[in-house]
Amino acid sequence: MADFDQELDASGLNCPLPILRTKKTINTMDAGQVLRVVATDPGSVKDIEAFCNQTGNELISSGEEGGKFVFMIKKS
Amino acid sequence: MAGTEKVAMICTKGTLDWAYPPFILGSTAVALGKEVSMFFTFYGLNLLLKDTSKLRVSPAGNPAMPMKMPYGPDWLRKIDWAPKLPNIFMNNMPGFEWAASKMMLQSTKNHGVASIEELRAMCQEFDVKILACQMTVELFGYEQSDFIDGVEFVGAATFFDEAGDASNTMTLYL
Repeated sequence: MADFDQELDASGLNCPLPILRTKKTINTMDAGQVLRVVATDPGSVKDIEAFCNQTGNELISSGEEGGKFVFMIKKS
Repeated sequence: MAGTEKVAMICTKGTLDWAYPPFILGSTAVALGKEVSMFFTFYGLNLLLKDTSKLRVSPAGNPAMPMKMPYGPDWLRKIDWAPKLPNIFMNNMPGFEWAASKMMLQSTKNHGVASIEELRAMCQEFDVKILACQMTVELFGYEQSDFIDGVEFVGAATFFDEAGDASNTMTLYL
């Protein structure tokens, strides 16, 4: 069983697209579901954190996998 | 920043380079849950035209703008041509502005930067309130039908009404 409900590949996209795509995807999800976001924009590391701070969604984890940034966000 | 509920923006510039900041900040603020209104006046009206293909950036008189090739091998792309080309050349060379604009659009594609249309559509999709200054629409000889759907044509008083209370509104002048 996957530990996330939806996945968003924002690889190759630059500011502010990873945030905008994350927002669009989260809008389609239910509270408590988990979104996995993959990005290559180094700015997204702080930006996804800021997005979660501002919107109240929970940033479960933030890390690097195979040269990409991977975030797990739980919708509030 | 915390506690700011609304963002009110005044957008006054109409070149291809300055088209980005308003739409980037507007779409991001609304994605972060702010209530956003953008007031376009003077040259900023260009950013609301249905046809954005005429947006241009000019290296002439713009000494801060780096000019790098968006094509070719890495060593070539790294060269900044701006300090190497005298302004008098840029001002007089026919087609220079057109070429610079094409190169900027190519650079945005190379770097995964959204297009103006895409960011603008995102603002509208997320319900950013888009206001256009009726006075400058008339001053510059535009018709309301020149602009994208969903624009409200208003005056300065409406901007202040939108911006509301400074205790919960961030106002940006761009």
